[in-house]
This record gives sequence, C-alpha cells and structure tokens, in this order.
Amino acid sequence: MPQPSTGSLDFDGARSIRTLPLVLDKRMQTSVASPSLLVRMTGIGKRFGPVQVLDGVDLEIYGGEVLILAGENGAGKSTLIKILGGVHTEFTGRIEMFGREVRPSSPLAANALGVAVIYQELSLVPSMTVADNIFLGRSLTRAGWVDDRAQRRQAQRLLDQLGIQLDVTQRVGGLSIAQQQLTEIAKALAQQTKVLVMDEPTSALSAPEVEKLFGLIRDLKQRGCGLVYITHKMEEIQRVADRITVLRDGRQVGTAPAAELPPARLIQWMVGRELGDQFPRHAAQTGADRLELDRFSVLTGRQAGRWVVEDITLRVRAGEIVGIGGLQGSGASELLLGLFGAHGRRVAGQARLNGRPLRIRSPRVAIDQGVALLTNDRKATGLILPLSVLANVTLADLPRLAPGGWRRPQRERVAVEGLSRQLSLRAASLEMEVGWLSGGNQQKVALAKWLQTGPQLLLLDEPTRGIDVGAKREVYQLMNTLTAQGIAILLITSELPELLALSDRIVVLHRGRFTAAFSRQEATAERVLAAAMGKSTGSTEATT
Amino acid sequence: MRVTEPSASPSAWVRLWANPASRALLALGLVLILGCVFHADQAFFRLGTHRDALRQASVFGLLACGMTLVIIGGGIDLAVGSVLAFVAVAFSLMSIHWGWPPWFSVPACLLLGAACGGVSGGVTAWFRVQPFIATLAMMVFARGLAKTASGGMKVSTAVKDAEGTYRYVEVPGVFRFIDSRILDGNVAVVTLIFVVCAALVWVLLARHRWGRELYALGGNEEAARLSGVPVRQAKLLSYVVCGVLAAVAGMCQAAQEQQGDPEAGIGYELTAIAITVMGGTTLAGGRGGIGLTLLGTLTIGYLDKILSINAVPEATRLMLTGIIIVVAVLAQRRSR
Repeated sequence: MPQPSTGSLDFDGARSIRTLPLVLDKRMQTSVASPSLLVRMTGIGKRFGPVQVLDGVDLEIYGGEVLILAGENGAGKSTLIKILGGVHTEFTGRIEMFGREVRPSSPLAANALGVAVIYQELSLVPSMTVADNIFLGRSLTRAGWVDDRAQRRQAQRLLDQLGIQLDVTQRVGGLSIAQQQLTEIAKALAQQTKVLVMDEPTSALSAPEVEKLFGLIRDLKQRGCGLVYITHKMEEIQRVADRITVLRDGRQVGTAPAAELPPARLIQWMVGRELGDQFPRHAAQTGADRLELDRFSVLTGRQAGRWVVEDITLRVRAGEIVGIGGLQGSGASELLLGLFGAHGRRVAGQARLNGRPLRIRSPRVAIDQGVALLTNDRKATGLILPLSVLANVTLADLPRLAPGGWRRPQRERVAVEGLSRQLSLRAASLEMEVGWLSGGNQQKVALAKWLQTGPQLLLLDEPTRGIDVGAKREVYQLMNTLTAQGIAILLITSELPELLALSDRIVVLHRGRFTAAFSRQEATAERVLAAAMGKSTGSTEATT
Repeated sequence: MRVTEPSASPSAWVRLWANPASRALLALGLVLILGCVFHADQAFFRLGTHRDALRQASVFGLLACGMTLVIIGGGIDLAVGSVLAFVAVAFSLMSIHWGWPPWFSVPACLLLGAACGGVSGGVTAWFRVQPFIATLAMMVFARGLAKTASGGMKVSTAVKDAEGTYRYVEVPGVFRFIDSRILDGNVAVVTLIFVVCAALVWVLLARHRWGRELYALGGNEEAARLSGVPVRQAKLLSYVVCGVLAAVAGMCQAAQEQQGDPEAGIGYELTAIAITVMGGTTLAGGRGGIGLTLLGTLTIGYLDKILSINAVPEATRLMLTGIIIVVAVLAQRRSR
C-alpha cells in the first residue's frame, strides 16, 4: 500500500469534512483550534464479583487530540473503554458527553451517541463482504430490501476518502488481518463518530500499514475527532500521543501532556508499586540443564512477516524458575504450546530435554517425556468442567494409571487423594464436577492433573489468573516445593510483580522475538516493561 | 454454570433432583403409573405385555446404546437406521440365500456395521467434518447399499429360482433362535442380546480408559487433546462400536421379521436419539451414561406399549411422544 504524503492528507482532510458522514456540530467545528471537551468520565468504578477492577477513574477526551491510555496488563484499560463503548453497563460514576450526562446501555447506543470502539477482537462477519460489514446493522435499504449497489458505492467512497485500498465486494474472511483491521476502522468511521477508541490497533499491522493508520489518525484529529488510543508500544506512544492517562491496578495514576511524560517517567507511573513479601521465593538450588532451546520457532502463522515465535534461545536448569516477560502478542503462550506439541510438528530449531532431543509431536508425546503445560484458560483449555475432580486429575496420566486399558478405581482414588491433600484442595468430594468448584480450587485440580504425570519440566501459563490472594500464595509455595524437588519451571504471568518476585531469571519477548534477559538481581519492573514494549535494552545474553 | 463453594450444600431433595438417574427413574415411574391407570382391561398387568414391551424396545435400545457412546463423545450418528437396514439385508442374504452358517454370517455382519461406523467416524475425526454431516452422508449411503444388495426387494424366504419361479425355503435356524424365547418363554432372546450388549458397553464406559477419554473429549475436546487424550482414535472407536451395535440391531430385526427389508429402520436414528436424551445424556456431550439410556429405553418402550394397548391411533401416539420428549428434556434443563 502506498503511504499517503502529509500534503495530500491535509487536502483530503479538508475535503472530507464536507463529504464524510461525519457530522460535526457547530460547537465542535469551532473547537478545532482550541480543543473542546467531548467526553468526561468521572469517578468510574467497576467490580467483577469480588474484584474491584476500576476505582475512581477520571477520563477526559477532547476533540482534535489523541489520548493515550497506558497501563500494564490488567490495569483496567479495556474495562474502562468497554464502559464507554456500552459493553459493560453496570458501573459507578458519571459519563458526560457534550455536556450531557449519558449512560451507554449497549454498543449500539454508544454508537448512536457518537462513540465508536475498535476492540482487539475484531467484530466483523467473515462470510460477508467489506461493504456489507461496513453497513452491518444499519443496512441501506430501498423499500425494505438491502440496496447493495448503494452500499457498495458509499463504502467505496468512504474507503477512498480514508485512503484505504480495498475491494468492497471481497469477503472479509479472505482478507489479511491488517485489511480486516482497516475494514473495522472504516466501519467505525462510517457512522457519525465523534470519539474513536482504538484498543491496540497495530498489533497485527506491518510497518507501512501502521504508517497508513497514523495518517488516518492525523486526519481525524484535524477534523476535530477525539481519539483514545491504547497501546503497549513505546514508539507509538511517542509518535501519536497528545496526552497520556496512566492506569495501574484499576486506579488512575495521573494524566499529563505527552511532552511532560518521557518514557522513563511513563514506565515508572505504570509500574510504581512496592513489592511486598507476598511472594515467597526460596533461593534456587539449580542443577543440570533441563531444557535447552536453540533458535526455536513456532510456525503456526505469520504476522507482519514473522513467525509467532521466532529464534528463541534459552536454557532452564533443574530447580529453576525462568519467567517469560511480555505483553499481549508477545508469543509467550505460543512458545509453550509449541514446546508441548500442541501445534504438532510445526516447530523449527532445536529443543533438548535433559540433554536428549525433545520429541515434539503431540501433547501425549510431550507428557510421556516429562513435560506438562498448565494452559492460561482453565475453563476453555484446562479442565473438563462436566467431569469429576477424580476424572480430571487422572486424565493426563491414564496410560500409567490404567495399564492394559482397564482402570483401577482404587488406585486412582489413592493417587488423587494424595494430591488433593498436598494441594489442600477443598472439594465436597472427589466425585464433584469441577465446574462447581471455585476458581482457586479449579486451578488446583488443573495443577494436580499435571503433578500426577510426574513432570520434569512444568510450563505454567498464568498459573494465578483469576484466583484469590490466598490461593495465589498456595500456588507460589507449591512452585517452591516443586523446584526444590528438581522440577524446572517456565513461567508466564502478565502480573509484573509476580514475574519479578518468582523468577530466578527473566527472558523478555516482544512480538515473538527475544528482546532481553535479566538475572533476578538485574530485573526491575522498568527494565522488563521497556524490553516488553520493544526497546532492546537487554543487558545479558539469554542463556546465562 | 454457577460456581459455588462446596460448603453451600443443597437440600437432599435438590440433590436428588440434580441427579440425572433419579430424574430418569421418575420419568419411568410416571409412565408406569400411566400404564396402571390406563391398563386397558387389565392388559397392562399381564406378563405378556411386559415381555412384548421389552422385546419391542430391544432393537431401539441397542441403537440407543451406540448412540449414547457417540453423544457422550460430543458427536451424533444419524446413520444407525440405515446401517440396521443394510445389515438386515446382508444377514438375510447370507443366511437364507447363501446358506452361510451363523458362526460365519454373524461376524461378517458385525464387520459390516463396524466398517460403516468406521467410515463416518474416520471422516469426522480425521477430516473434521461435522458429525451431523458425516453421518448424514453415511445414512444416505448405507440406505443405498441396502437397496443395492437387496435389488430393491425384501430379502425373504421366498427365493427366486433360475427359471424365475419363487419357492419358499425354510427359515434359517439362527433366525428362529433369535426370535425365540428362553426361560420358560418368559424372556425374548432379543431382549437378552440387548441386555448383554448394554452390559458390555457399560463396562467399557465405566471401567475402560477409553470410556473416560470419551467423556473428556465430549466435555471439552481441546482440553482433552492438551491432556494427551488420543482424541481422534477415541472418537473413531465410538462410531465403530455404534456401527457394530446397529449391526446387532439389524440382525435382530431381520430375525424377527424373517426377512431383510431395505426400507427397514427409517427414522430409528431419531428414536435412538430421543431415548438417549430422555435418559439424561446431554446432546452437548460429556455427561450421561448407559444406565440412563436403559431407563430411557424402558420409558419410551413402555410409553409406546401403553399407547398401543389402549388403541390410541398412531397419529395421536406420534404427537404425544413428541410432546413428552420435549417436556422430559425441559425438566432436565431446569435443574442446571
């Protein structure tokens, strides 16, 4: 795609104020010179069950300005924009738009108010054309029938104005992720959008496409649109930000003009929290090499010209916890899945376990070699919810527990009772369906399943996600016990304090590639976060 | 699904109701009460009525046992009715026309059933065709096989000679045996076959590693795969066993009718699904069991018998059966 020159963009921008269905009222048009307040959110709070994910957050969106919403994973950014976008309708606090108090009751209602949100998960219908998608839910009709020609014409005009080259008659399912992203943006702008919110819009885009998007953003700014932009990439923040609001643990750290918030200070705002004694980690007694990876890649799909995981070299010793740092899209989970054989043979490079080549074929083959993977979503990929605790815990070890194929109920019960005691699992009975257990106890069942297989290498993907503080502590202690027994652990966690406190070493990935490695002493939240955002500041090589 | 702490223990009645077996028993009990009320001049209290009800339900019960396996594994098998017809035709041809001894024809028929199930299972498991579509194709294909093998005619004891004249041959011994009754004429052999098959499948499901794997992949296929379950093999095997049971049902059907009818078994797959669901095995997979399907078989079998001894016209019977199935399934859902 050609990059639009700034000059033509200015021209396009001037022209499209007249022609785009972007209706700007008088107040907004006059305000382009001196930005006017479009949206003011005050004292926003939101709970998910017992967890307070947002607490007293204020957000102001001005016309003609890009507001960056920054924060770690789980800081509450997505929740905040989902409230603005009408996805979460139960919250505390006030939202004012154009001086009027509103409460978006659905995504459609938010659209009608002039707020369009482009979420990370695209909301397109793959089987329909670009034009159909752009007009989805508000089709142009003639006497009740969809007027295809009018839709195509208008969609084409819209895309031309935005400088997007796309065939409007093509099915969305056949487009690249980047093209789908652009379709999504066009869809948002086809409505009378005054506020456009983008949640990590560039995660799937290549460099020229990112340039195109930035051109669009400049264009929209000139028209007086208010933009909210969520990103984990420092470079993008520096390029597009006018103002930055930082969230941390659901609270607002502060808002400042971009010029007053250089990267170092921004990261400090994002991280700045004391690490208490909540993470017990005993000194590691490391032994021989358990896992060695040499230029290991996972070949499941290419994004922007790279494999999801590319050329990872790393080493995990017996009794060691190696943490993998990275933000969304870092490829860390894919690395673990690839190692575990979940993607079959679609891997490249060398992997050795205990000095012998690791055969990567299927999860079964991995389990038989002493590898276990706790997946990051226990309900979707970890547990069989309708089955009992007993059935779940024994599932991965059935070949050993049922020699010759016939199960030995007594043997299974003894094994599961032992693990259940070790993990202090609280379940009414072992016959209970795991779907009825609390999150923490479900996680213990998932862990017990893997301990039952007698692993030597434990791959833990978000082992404490969605469980309460007490259960978290128990998981940390279990990890200590396991490493003391000589098990090696590769750990992914999106909670930075947890990563820093539990890992003996940390390697950081950014978009599938290694960016830095830190020893326990070297690792600080600022350094890890900077590396995860793509700044290659790694001080030591990956393998030591 | 709600997540609660185990300490919140529900009352005994709620727990009883939450147990699918007690609900299936309740449904059966209601049907039996219905029979006691509408006993059609004491007909319901005669032993012969019950013997016949069980005999007539046996063929459906065999199909339902196979269906239960497939449904627990998260699939469905629409081909069982056609496989039944194909095997009925094949069994009749082998026994009546070709004069094969039972020790040869019975294994051959079982193999045919296994092959049919294996093809639909293989297509589903390896090529990831939705089970509904794969078995729908097999349903049409096996019906075609049945018609090809029979030449479109019922394969009966009236055998056409080389000159084109028909002559009647004797009903083969194996047909007469399957259609007979044992234990002083109190139990039909067909019923016995059903009970034995159900017991075998029950043992596999409850005690074999494969049974556990089937529940796991029906409950959450991706989680099962990531737990090292050989998902494709386990799935394939469920369709194979389902095909074998359909073959057994086909042989029973042929023996009872003393002929192989290529049009037999139309719609039986739906009855088998209805029985399975009535019992409490959920169509979503991962939950259920053979015990439940046995109860479901009795419920549907008795319901049919009670309606027929009361001379309810078939049209009304069909409508009533439809309503009762929906009510039974709704009752099951309420408790979740």
